Amino acid sequence: MPKLNINGTEIEVENGTTVLQACEQAGYEIPRFCYHERLSIAGNCRMCLVDVKGMPKPIASCAMSVNDLRPGPEGEPPEINTITAPVKKAREGVMEFLLINHPLDCPICDQGGECDLQDQAMAYGDNSSRYDENKRAVEDKNIGPLIKTHMTRCIHCTRCVRFMTEIAGVEELGLIGRGEDAEITTYLEKGITSELSGNVIDLCPVGALTSKPFAFTARPWELNKTESVDVMDAVGSNIRVDSRSGEVLRIMPRNNDSINEEWISDKTRFIWDGLRTKRLDRPYIREDEDLREASWDEALALVASKMTEALPRKSAMIVGDMATVEEIYALKLIADSLDWKNIDCRQDGTIVNPNLGRATTLFNSTIEGIDQADAILLFGANPRYDAPVLNARIRGRWAAGKVKVGIIGANEDLTYEAEHIGTSPADLSKLDHGSSGFAEVMRNAEFPMIIIGSAALKGEGAINNLIAAAKLAKGYGALKQGWNGFNIMHQSASRVAGLEIGFVPGDGGQSTTEIMHNAKNDQLEFLYLLGADEMITGDLGNTFVVYQGSHGDKGAAIADVILPGSAYTEKNGTFMNLEGRPQHINRAIFPPNEAKEDWAILRALSAALENPLSFNNLAQLRVELYKSNPRFAALNQIEPADQQEIIRLASREINNLSEIPLEPSMSDFYSTNPIARASKVMAEMSAMKTPLTEKATGTHD
Amino acid sequence: MLQDKDRIFTNIYGMRDVGLEGARKRGSWDSTKYFIDKGRDWVIDEVKSSGLRGRGGAGFPTGLKWSFMPKESDGRPHYLVINADESEPGTCKDRDILRNDPHHLVEGALLASFAMAAHTCYIYVRGEFIREREALQRAIDEAYDARLIGKNNIHGWDFDCYVHHGAGAYICGEETALLESLEGKKGQPRLKPPFPANVGLYGAPTTVNNVESIAVTPTILRRGGSWFSGLGKPNNTGTKLFCVSGHINTPCTVEEEMGIPFKELIDKHCGGIRGGWDNLLAVIPGGSSVPCVPADQMMDATMDFDCLSGLKSGLGTAAVIVMDKSTDMIAAIARLAYFYKHESCGQCTPCREGTGWMWRVLERMVKGEATKKEIDMLFEVSKQVEGHTICALGDAAAWPVQGLIRHFRHTIEERIDQYAANPKEDGIVDEPVAAE
Repeated sequence: MPKLNINGTEIEVENGTTVLQACEQAGYEIPRFCYHERLSIAGNCRMCLVDVKGMPKPIASCAMSVNDLRPGPEGEPPEINTITAPVKKAREGVMEFLLINHPLDCPICDQGGECDLQDQAMAYGDNSSRYDENKRAVEDKNIGPLIKTHMTRCIHCTRCVRFMTEIAGVEELGLIGRGEDAEITTYLEKGITSELSGNVIDLCPVGALTSKPFAFTARPWELNKTESVDVMDAVGSNIRVDSRSGEVLRIMPRNNDSINEEWISDKTRFIWDGLRTKRLDRPYIREDEDLREASWDEALALVASKMTEALPRKSAMIVGDMATVEEIYALKLIADSLDWKNIDCRQDGTIVNPNLGRATTLFNSTIEGIDQADAILLFGANPRYDAPVLNARIRGRWAAGKVKVGIIGANEDLTYEAEHIGTSPADLSKLDHGSSGFAEVMRNAEFPMIIIGSAALKGEGAINNLIAAAKLAKGYGALKQGWNGFNIMHQSASRVAGLEIGFVPGDGGQSTTEIMHNAKNDQLEFLYLLGADEMITGDLGNTFVVYQGSHGDKGAAIADVILPGSAYTEKNGTFMNLEGRPQHINRAIFPPNEAKEDWAILRALSAALENPLSFNNLAQLRVELYKSNPRFAALNQIEPADQQEIIRLASREINNLSEIPLEPSMSDFYSTNPIARASKVMAEMSAMKTPLTEKATGTHD
Repeated sequence: MLQDKDRIFTNIYGMRDVGLEGARKRGSWDSTKYFIDKGRDWVIDEVKSSGLRGRGGAGFPTGLKWSFMPKESDGRPHYLVINADESEPGTCKDRDILRNDPHHLVEGALLASFAMAAHTCYIYVRGEFIREREALQRAIDEAYDARLIGKNNIHGWDFDCYVHHGAGAYICGEETALLESLEGKKGQPRLKPPFPANVGLYGAPTTVNNVESIAVTPTILRRGGSWFSGLGKPNNTGTKLFCVSGHINTPCTVEEEMGIPFKELIDKHCGGIRGGWDNLLAVIPGGSSVPCVPADQMMDATMDFDCLSGLKSGLGTAAVIVMDKSTDMIAAIARLAYFYKHESCGQCTPCREGTGWMWRVLERMVKGEATKKEIDMLFEVSKQVEGHTICALGDAAAWPVQGLIRHFRHTIEERIDQYAANPKEDGIVDEPVAAE
């Protein structure tokens, strides 16, 4: 462990630490623009210059490893100075250079208040300008609906270029030209096609890249900041919801090294305009084909009477993708009280089932486990769309040369190299018999991972796929002390919690597919949808449909009664991510008009059913929930699942695996849920992504 | 003065046969096998004892540089890269070697590669050097045909030599930018450490040398390090190609002893200063990157690293730019400032922003359209660029400006006074122009 003398204080630091990190550890702030701890080192802003005794020039501390410093003549530790006059002068010089061509448009710049350049100019800059020449002007670039560019403000730190190249894995941003004429551009002036592109807005230390939808909306210091969790996918990325006067104005990532590091996907970041449109803001009742406004009492009374009338075996409940644990639990209690068995939380028709064991429903390796994996088999999963942030972690591991990836399923661009082994589940046999090069990789891997995605988990024979994957995991030693390489890639934020609570068909109960089939054939009397829209493909005959949710989407369109609920920014609640990690979401704003928090609607419904649930507030609900499902109480923690459950699954017999090619796991990343479909920004992204030949003509739905 | 028998580049003017036969007659490729049989350490020791300092500008001892390469390969190949991206304004020595004496370079490349256990050498030729590249390629082809180089050559050291043609960016003459460019990336200097001797071309140990440094080594080995060190002055040994240009009667590239008095160089080889010695105004003694030296200081100077750095200038590439009293010094330096502004790669802040600033201020000073306190500001700006950049281009851009202010401050002040007295004399009031 090298010893250093920083401004007269001796300090011992880890090998491989940079001088900048060492100075920070010693308690001295080093200004920087280009340096970012999650990106490669560029050393080009020159703001972090420090003096090292014996070196003729000041050094860029971000790029210098402490191991490269030489000790003094008597063997004394290298002397670093960060507060001497030459260092101060050097910083002032660099700051002056950065500012000479930077426009003085802070009053109209969206970065104002959270601008590194502004802050550091205050701390390290001079108080006046000596630059009398004209400032440089750079043409703005159109790089898509998400990122607004103001390239005159750019200070060429290349953080955005490095992020796109290294982490997003899309080489679509670059620095062209040289000297003063150097510009950041997408080369061909086209939209960036990464699902993580929004992160460059956070990375940009100045106002060159700002959020287009948020442009000129608010100053950061005016915003109320609520810490929460994202529900666009099952990863549970940590977010901060910024709101003002009852409106969500933007969504930012929060750092969580175990989950999303400090990245979030574009859907997570830019979904917020969908929170304002197509909202269900009061109860509705269908009368003569049309919906009419109704009071809560009237609506709940009608629902309750229909529920009591309906035969339990001809009644069903389906939970959607963005329901909190609390409301799923409350709905389950109502279902139990009515003895309804046709309940399901898997609206996409997947066959993941807690009855097969909890271990068969989780991402057992954990997200952090990816940093350990040396072989990953993707079976019907496309993490790039299923969980973009998780995909970035796989990419990071791959870029470090530490993991090889194989695909069975649709061969799509994952932003990293992957061996395409086959398209159908039957191709799993290529791995059994070692006829694929990837079989060798899996066999030699110390920490192999199998990631089973939704494409492999639905349709006929899906259970065989699951069993076959379990057999493979067992065969390749993915199940051992300290390592569980069997992973389910969920797409839905509420799925794991639904499975944990047991919101799946009871004995003789029907699953989503059967429920929907019966509904179409007039075999269903009553259907309760808790924010479930994805499985609706048309008219449901005479079934009485109740839709409880936040957005007027497919479910509301066919509903006979609409009970307006809250979106995820408007309620407190719990979500369990794909690893089985419970996290709390917090209310940032109130639901619109008469809409209510969803657990409260269900509590009121139970009262209308004259069988009131025993809790009167969220705290009481949670007490009961924790009694029956204690795992939800261990916030932010993962309880490892029992590997024996997977081994038991692996011991089952299977028939022939299907030879039908697996579908892509997601058809349109930007329209997977009702909020996204209500968002104009997401629609623009979706249109940008769709190849011209497939663009909708407006003649079909 | 250098005697003809001590000349290394005996065909620098291309008067004789450039081909292999001619080169052999002049001594090239003689006893090469013998040197290789003597072993790597002998070659390096001989170059060390010759006192050869790198001819690319910085003057780093060549033998010492070679000894930084790992003794044994750790599995990675070693590379020799020869920097023939000669773009420094005023410098035109390497192109004459490439054109007229290329076998010196090819033989030197083999010997230097052998000394560093490299089997591969890349020669990075400046983009504008079309004929030079062709001449070099011809020499390499001849050497291949004669099995002087290549696999299983007669010297017993497998050696391949590739010519890479650059695209004409000055910055690609910086060694790490050159490596980036050679790898197919944008020519932007790398951060150091790691130095190329550890992590160079394609991540392998690499030494980058100037053309002249490599081209003189065969002769050094043939005649012995002590012969070379016997020429010139202590610590500034050997012979050197001087490229003398500007206001002299016969501009030329000439091989001379290091430490030759400036006066002798000009009088013997260049036909004297245009208009006589009294007409000398200033000299840029080492290519555009070094500060200019005024006439009175230059008269007694000797042309070597140590004397010129004592004058706060440098020998650089020994490209001597002579300027007589007809020269507008401010305009001359402004033109150089424009060059550096144009050639800055744009990677790091001080150089990207500072070079343009200095150029713009100088352009105004050419007309006198400035204030006197801006002279100090300009000097300070040049100091803010110097030493704060990733590579030496920042220093190279700052030094000419500093030289101008150090020695010709009065000229700038006079110009400002003139302009202030009658600002619209030329009838044109220039509006400031935005950067292109």
